[in-house]
Amino acid sequence: MPINRIEEDELLRPAFKIKLLTRLFSYLKPYKLQVALTLLLMGIVTGVDLLNPYLLKVAIDRYIATKNLTGLLCLGLVMIITILVSMFCTRKRISLMATITNQIHLTIRQELYAHLQKLSLSFFDQRPAGKILARVIGDVNSLNNLFNTSVTNLIPDLATIIAVISIMLAMNYRLALASFLMLPVLIVFMGAIEIISHRRWQIYRQKSSNLNAFTHEHFSGIRVVQSFTAEEKTRKDFHLLLREYFDAFIRAVRLNDLFWPSVEFSWGIGTIIVFWYGTRLLNTGTVTIGLLVAFSGYVSMFWRPVMNISNFYNTLVANLSGAERIFELMDVKPSIQEAEDAVPLPPIRGEVEFKDVNFGYQDGQIVLDRISFKVAPGETVALVGPTGAGKTSIVNLIGRFFEPQSGQILIDGFDLQKVTIESLRRQMGWVPQDTFLFSGKIIDNIRYGRLTATDEECIAAAKAVHAHEFITKLERGYDTEVQERGARLSFGQRQQIAFARALVADPRILILDEATAGIDTYTERLLQQGITRLLAGRTSFIIAHRLSTIVNADRIILIDQGRIVEMGTHQELIKKKGHYYRLFMAQFRFLAAKEKPVTQSG
Amino acid sequence: MRASAEGCETVHRILSYVNKEKRYFIPAMGALLLGIFLDMFNPYFLKLIIDRVIIAGESALLTKALAGFLAVTFGRVILGYLKEYGFDYGGQKVAVHLQADLFAHLQGLSFDFFDRTNTGELMSRLKDDVDQIRAAFTYVIMLSVENVIYFVSTTAILFALNWKLSLVALLLMPFIARIALRLEKEVGEICERISDQGAKINTTAQENIAGVRVVKAFGREQYEYRKFLQQNQENYGYKLKRARIWGRYFPQIEFLTNLSVILVTVVGGALVIGDDLSVGTLVAFSNYVTMLIWPMRMSGWLMNDLAEGLASVTKINQLFAAVPTVQEPAVPTILHDFKGHLVFDHVSYLRDGQVILEDISFEAPPGSTIAIMGVTGAGKTSLVNLIGRYYDYTSGAIYLDGVEIRKLPLQLLRRQVAMVMQDTFLFSATIEENIRFGGDDTLTREELEEALEQAALAEFIAELPQGLATVIGERGIGLSGGQKQRLALARALVKKSPILILDDATSNLDLETEYRIQQALEMLRGRTKIIIAHRISAVKNADEILILEQGRIVERGTHQQLLAFGKRYATIYRDQFQGIKTPEVKPYAY
Repeated sequence: MPINRIEEDELLRPAFKIKLLTRLFSYLKPYKLQVALTLLLMGIVTGVDLLNPYLLKVAIDRYIATKNLTGLLCLGLVMIITILVSMFCTRKRISLMATITNQIHLTIRQELYAHLQKLSLSFFDQRPAGKILARVIGDVNSLNNLFNTSVTNLIPDLATIIAVISIMLAMNYRLALASFLMLPVLIVFMGAIEIISHRRWQIYRQKSSNLNAFTHEHFSGIRVVQSFTAEEKTRKDFHLLLREYFDAFIRAVRLNDLFWPSVEFSWGIGTIIVFWYGTRLLNTGTVTIGLLVAFSGYVSMFWRPVMNISNFYNTLVANLSGAERIFELMDVKPSIQEAEDAVPLPPIRGEVEFKDVNFGYQDGQIVLDRISFKVAPGETVALVGPTGAGKTSIVNLIGRFFEPQSGQILIDGFDLQKVTIESLRRQMGWVPQDTFLFSGKIIDNIRYGRLTATDEECIAAAKAVHAHEFITKLERGYDTEVQERGARLSFGQRQQIAFARALVADPRILILDEATAGIDTYTERLLQQGITRLLAGRTSFIIAHRLSTIVNADRIILIDQGRIVEMGTHQELIKKKGHYYRLFMAQFRFLAAKEKPVTQSG
Repeated sequence: MRASAEGCETVHRILSYVNKEKRYFIPAMGALLLGIFLDMFNPYFLKLIIDRVIIAGESALLTKALAGFLAVTFGRVILGYLKEYGFDYGGQKVAVHLQADLFAHLQGLSFDFFDRTNTGELMSRLKDDVDQIRAAFTYVIMLSVENVIYFVSTTAILFALNWKLSLVALLLMPFIARIALRLEKEVGEICERISDQGAKINTTAQENIAGVRVVKAFGREQYEYRKFLQQNQENYGYKLKRARIWGRYFPQIEFLTNLSVILVTVVGGALVIGDDLSVGTLVAFSNYVTMLIWPMRMSGWLMNDLAEGLASVTKINQLFAAVPTVQEPAVPTILHDFKGHLVFDHVSYLRDGQVILEDISFEAPPGSTIAIMGVTGAGKTSLVNLIGRYYDYTSGAIYLDGVEIRKLPLQLLRRQVAMVMQDTFLFSATIEENIRFGGDDTLTREELEEALEQAALAEFIAELPQGLATVIGERGIGLSGGQKQRLALARALVKKSPILILDDATSNLDLETEYRIQQALEMLRGRTKIIIAHRISAVKNADEILILEQGRIVERGTHQQLLAFGKRYATIYRDQFQGIKTPEVKPYAY
């Protein structure tokens, strides 16, 4: 799958709506009892609502007309008691429903999030973060009212409709059928609206997602935007997306706003039919006057819940596309899956072996070409080569972030495909190229490497990587809050914290992916001393371009265009006078080249 | 209403947006009023049919009455649609304008604001809070008007029937109003918290996705799940609290409205018994009183929704209240032709009272190269950030072509400075779009290709099946660190500015590529270059090398001079070259 751009809409998968609905409402299942209780409470309240007009009538007929003040006061008291009961029932119903709906909301979001955690890196690489975020946040939010209205409106309204229909049929089936005449018309009409408008809501959600992705990127990259004075251009792009979003919304509501009037219309026409037909029947003597009058009352009793239901249907249609997007994400299968019989990797010594590994991020692409090597426990391996040679890919495969297309990767003789991912990664420490800190305290960022690490262990790790000095100089020391990209700390300092984070993990295999690029030589030396002391005997892979970082490695693997071109220690490779020798000598050549004469400046 | 002064301003901002969309709201409002007016006719026609056609048998009237009924129905259908659509349209317009303005405002804020604000929070404000406001201010306006009209007309009828009983009916109104206001206050408070919590949830999820590599590398999926769960549970708690507030006050309102009906009956009954009132009036009166119940209960709903909307407005207003710390000059100096002569004159920079840079002075004549070295946290990046005024220096002055940079219009100044930052940020777009981001519309194909050549990217791009049209992921996913840096470099090169800043921008490149790029850069005679680097190979050809230590220049000179000086620079040199032969680290001179 190609990488998704911001302005590009996400692909849509046609879904069966029935399936979608069943899946959506299956979240209500665990709350059967609460739903029943809610309905009972609502029944009581409705009962009181129905009882009170009757009691009023009684008050007037029986007590006021007969001038019985005591009786009137007694009845008043009775009525107050009933409305008190009703008040408590409503209160209970509200809190009960709030619990159910918010629980469901929580469940769906957590389920989605849990699933997201299982997905592989390739999933995240293919789409802008803002679009994934839109599903976890916006789409889940869009389900807010759905469950609430479905319980508190749909069920009682359906019950009312059925009751009214039966009464009407029992009274006079011809008149009844005449008054239902508009119902099928309405249903067909609404079905038609739904089919078109569902598609429009889908587009609306996509546009909303695009907008989200855009804001995400342009605020993450605000420094770039400002430094290129691209505010104007960015604003224009934003307006363009905003316009699309607006248009999509309008196109959707233009149709959706037809719901309400169409019910009104059917109601009106339905009423006309009843009277027209009713008076005819009256003339032929099939119905009595009383029946027709009573019937006209039932007609509005019938249409009111129909209106409520269609209102609910309206909400459902508008938000179904949100549910669809949630479930679609839930159904994405992680591209890297543990084998059924995967076993936890026991504590390892750190032997790493690549056997004829071929790899590409996409089919047909060759990033690594028949890579084979074996690293003994405790060895330090430097991966050297031009940018894009495949160095990061090799370490990515060791952590099983991607799967080789063919060949085998073994750690302590265990095939990576046959062990659980967590047990593997837990034994590795990683300092990535792109330093990422989470917003929170520095100490918690270090602890991220091993959640059970004590403060002392975290501080020891910080000391080892020479970060202790600058951290303690900060106003709040280790409790200083940093932001996601760690602003306020320099780039090199963030890398040092990332180092400390990897160290507290107490890894058997340490991977440094250009991790010292932003660190000066002096700090790097101290840092490496610290690491060497802490991680004596651990296997480590180092990707670096500064040769001073590389020369001390036990073994240097030179990679070019996905292939191993040379392998050996610094001394061996220098003696060999091959690629590495040329690379090594080049720095002196570059240094000597175009040496400038001393100018008068300075 | 809450916090009167602030609240006023809060509402004022939104109303000004609503005011701008008058032409949608006014017709919608008209449709609403007309619809209410028409509403009164249908019962009339129905009564006509029942009383006169059915009961009195005047069948001739039927067609007329039905025609009238049909006409009213049509009218209501059309007006109803216009009303809904008009409010939706106007409401969404308001939302979109608010979003656009907020976006523009945020863009204009300085780096320090973004240093302390998470992207997730901004997204939450731009999306969720604006949505909340849209919902509140379209439907609340619509329903309030409806509500007020119903309430006023019913009350008028009541007073016409019997003023004493009317007073009894309205006796409980102040209590209902008090409850509604208290409801608004409490819901408002909790909604502000929900809104903040929403921002936190957004931030947590956003970081989880943005930092997915770290999450996976440390196998922290479970931990992340729990972190999110905790946020969500907190959110759940707030939402339940909000529901409880609603659950406490709304039934009270309901109770009081029901109570007023009972009161009317009892008091009215007493009046009837005392012969002060006829039974007929009482019956009619109690019918109308029940009509009063609906708008009173509705006021509870409206207050609730209004409070939610206002909470979001408050949050957005807080963002609008943030001002850029870097300000445009009051009287700007405008230059048309920049040469790139950069002078730092005793510049110091303090942040939160901490000295970041102290007494920095140097001069970079047009076309020269200044290199900056130093340990992490020495202030290198801070120094170059002052040039484009991403932060403002505390004392001293920086001059560009003889003009203090604070006197130049901000955009004009920044257009003169191209910067390649340490933390490479690329957009999810094609390679070409990413590079063109740096240039203006006049950028030609040749210039683009020249930049590719200079950034040593030409061969790499030629090898891609889709070439320049290759889409790269967010932050340049799919590219190696070195490729990303070169793209960022090309992007800066197409911005033909007299000053070029490379902040550790070649650290992920192999030596050979770095060398090629350096040679290309040296050819750019028209540009003043400020280069931060750690490798000797990257700095040695500079006209002047500055070594920074704790915010101060501690060593300066050319490569040769500094080698001869034999201190810090010479040590770094030894470490990177001779040091290779004797790997053990020696204590440093500093």
